[in-house]
Amino acid sequence: MANTPDYSWPPMETRQVMGQNIKRLDGPQKSAGRAKYTSDFTRKDLLFAAYQTSPYAHARVTKVDTTPAERMPGVKAVQVVSPAGTEVQWEGTEIVAVAAVTEEIATEAVGKIKVEYEVLPHLVREDDLTKAGTHVKAAGEKTVGDPEQAFQQAEVTSDGHYGIPVVTHCCLETHGQVIEWRGDHVNCWPSTQDVTRYAGTLAPNLKVPVANIDVRMDYVGGGFGSKFAPDSWGEVCARLSQKAGGAPVKLFLDRATEQLIAGNRPSAYAKIKLGGKKDGTITAWQSESWATGGVTGGGSPPLPYIIANIPNQRQNHSAVSVNCGPQRAWRAPNNQQASYLTCCAIEDFAAKAALDPLEVFKTNLNLYAPEARRATYAWQLDKAAELAEWKQLWKLRGQGSKGAVKRGLGIGFNAWAGMGHNSQCRAIIHADGSVEIEIGTQDLGTGTRTIITQVAAETFGLPVGAVGLTIGSNQLPPDSASGGSTTVGGVSASTRKASVNALAKLYEAAAPALGVEPAQLEARGGKIQVKGGGKSLTWAEACRKIGGGGSISETGANDSRNPGGLIAAGASGIQIADVSVDTETGVVKVNRYVAVQDCGLIINPRLAESQVYGAIIMGISTALFEQRVMDEQTGRMLNADMEFYKLAGISDIGDIVVHMDIRPENDKRGVIGLGEPPAIAICAAIGNAVANAIGVRVPRIPMTPDHVLDTLDGRAV
Amino acid sequence: MARITELEVNGTRRHLDADSDRTLLSVLRDDLSLTGVKYGCGEGQCAACTVLVDGAPAKSCLTKVGTVAGKRIVTIEGLAPAETLHPVQEAFLEADAMQCGWCTPGMILGAVALLASSPNPTDAEIATGLNGHICRCGTYPRIVRAIRLAAKRAAKKGVHA
Repeated sequence: MANTPDYSWPPMETRQVMGQNIKRLDGPQKSAGRAKYTSDFTRKDLLFAAYQTSPYAHARVTKVDTTPAERMPGVKAVQVVSPAGTEVQWEGTEIVAVAAVTEEIATEAVGKIKVEYEVLPHLVREDDLTKAGTHVKAAGEKTVGDPEQAFQQAEVTSDGHYGIPVVTHCCLETHGQVIEWRGDHVNCWPSTQDVTRYAGTLAPNLKVPVANIDVRMDYVGGGFGSKFAPDSWGEVCARLSQKAGGAPVKLFLDRATEQLIAGNRPSAYAKIKLGGKKDGTITAWQSESWATGGVTGGGSPPLPYIIANIPNQRQNHSAVSVNCGPQRAWRAPNNQQASYLTCCAIEDFAAKAALDPLEVFKTNLNLYAPEARRATYAWQLDKAAELAEWKQLWKLRGQGSKGAVKRGLGIGFNAWAGMGHNSQCRAIIHADGSVEIEIGTQDLGTGTRTIITQVAAETFGLPVGAVGLTIGSNQLPPDSASGGSTTVGGVSASTRKASVNALAKLYEAAAPALGVEPAQLEARGGKIQVKGGGKSLTWAEACRKIGGGGSISETGANDSRNPGGLIAAGASGIQIADVSVDTETGVVKVNRYVAVQDCGLIINPRLAESQVYGAIIMGISTALFEQRVMDEQTGRMLNADMEFYKLAGISDIGDIVVHMDIRPENDKRGVIGLGEPPAIAICAAIGNAVANAIGVRVPRIPMTPDHVLDTLDGRAV
Repeated sequence: MARITELEVNGTRRHLDADSDRTLLSVLRDDLSLTGVKYGCGEGQCAACTVLVDGAPAKSCLTKVGTVAGKRIVTIEGLAPAETLHPVQEAFLEADAMQCGWCTPGMILGAVALLASSPNPTDAEIATGLNGHICRCGTYPRIVRAIRLAAKRAAKKGVHA
């Protein structure tokens, strides 16, 4: 057709399938235990692999003797990863792997391999910058306006120390894959967030053409930003398979190794000073911050977060290199840290000025960036305050409850882009009326399968049950990594375009029978009908016009640089925590947690809300419990497990109130990703609520009893 | 070393040959291909590996297979006849009580055991009963809702969920 098809979303009020709370399509498989994750791979010839890893944080490998393992019956392949001479930079570094006929034999055999080390000095803690010595690398000073003068003229100044530790992703399905390397062809079943690009990343290491690498994954047990690449274990697994004559090898990390090397979020620490007027206007910011993301340093929170246009600023940031496993992207990289540091400083300023922090957040709206989001934040601050009963419950810092248990409220804000990634989709309509959608994407549990199906069903005027879907393979039209809240925008736009394109072909086939031009047709309620009423064909009758057992197969693509109105970037949210702190035991309990969040057009409210619940619970877990504990003496992680690396359980989370901001002006912006934004502000809101409750700032996340009691008793935290 | 040659799993006698010191988790997954039971931590801290042994929830990662010979073992695959769902599974679907789904089989079996001993639990009892089950995706509020829903329906029908 000569004209560009109209891909735009149907108006909110006419949508039939989009906007509906369709049940998660893969729910029956998951709840019946039939969903096959990569680590569920079974086959008679499957070999199991296990690693021996370094117990030292910093050492040189001097000897690796694999003979004891090679002699064991049942061992099929041994792969040295870190040969003699290798400098190991963190505990858990993979030294050698063994593949054997059972997991037990592999574990026993790899344990018998003799590895010797020359132990080298290490640094594993960065919380005290004065002890970090040469591991500190200054990133340089950034100055805006005239901070000296602004602080001199300030009517109110506040100072604070804040810290947020390294936490681990702790995906319940650990990292790993099954790989079968037969001749010149490699079959991979990874646990990954990026099915499409897995082969391209693995290929150079194996020296196998990308075209010869087949990647498949149906289900993944969590990723949260830590499962983008094949990693070193992808290559090791492939080499073990090759050495074992092409048998498939399963190599998954055990929990301890997962905690040590398969992903963590950088820390952030800062001394922050704010200056401003008695009415709450902030005029000056000064921060000295530092962070670590492992050996390469890393971690640079964007400060000041959201309230970026403070007219006078001085910032210094340092990256600290530590001998610990490397950082990975963690659900809104650097944003949780930035939100925590900024929102805590703002509430400390409000407390110093004896002002209501809600008013201080509002007074300074003109400093928020980008400007286009200010009105949304203004609305959301009021909405969140209403839902949290701020007016009734908030008291000046430390002036609330009389007894040992103190109640407090605190605020946090978030911002995230969430623009849809590059994605291609194929929509196929068969002459028998069946429909197939194909995309090389993945569903991390976010509901991607359901969303894609809803978009296609909406476009075709069919129920979701009439649309078949295939994802999870690099043999399908390419998608991108599921990270940064980019999937929903990418796949919804590509699916919409492919479906509209296929439908246009169907209109051409059906139009003669209806005696109209194709452009006069629409698909609604299981029919292809003339717009504005009149003649129609059922979907099945229309598809028969394709003729001869044929099919229509059309593609559609989302180009993130040219999204064409279906999707957008820029989500915002305001969150308020309501906590009780027992000042005798130091235990912090979340009473209620309010989240007001926008994310543009919502395809499935029930799934969207699930993302917000999940993000908040993950945040509560990091705010109250999670921290990587490193031992200075031995250089080892003391809680590389799930016993002492505490995660929130069902009784730890309180009442969560989610309000999706679906006002029509948000819907009109199109689809925006939602995985990251609601995960950003929880440490900020809970940290502030605890300070509001007990009257002093607990400087370090997590808000554990020891941190709370040390603060109350005036001890260093 | 003692061997285990037979287990009663999901109402069926299964023949195998396993060292009695192996974990029930490993035997169910690797020898019997019952992969609905999941490895999470290997130390009884996340409950993803929960199965029912004589009706009681057991963490299969800590259970030696030698200790369950002759006992009735139920995994998620055996909770309902093929192609059907147990009322608790139905309730989890209805409440959308899952994301990635890794913890879901253990969570559902934990809920079945809870409802068997406490057919009409309060939210506090649900929280206590399932607190050892970790969901990293954070679906707890809907899990509570699902269990309440299953309990309510069972009460209406006058049966145990």
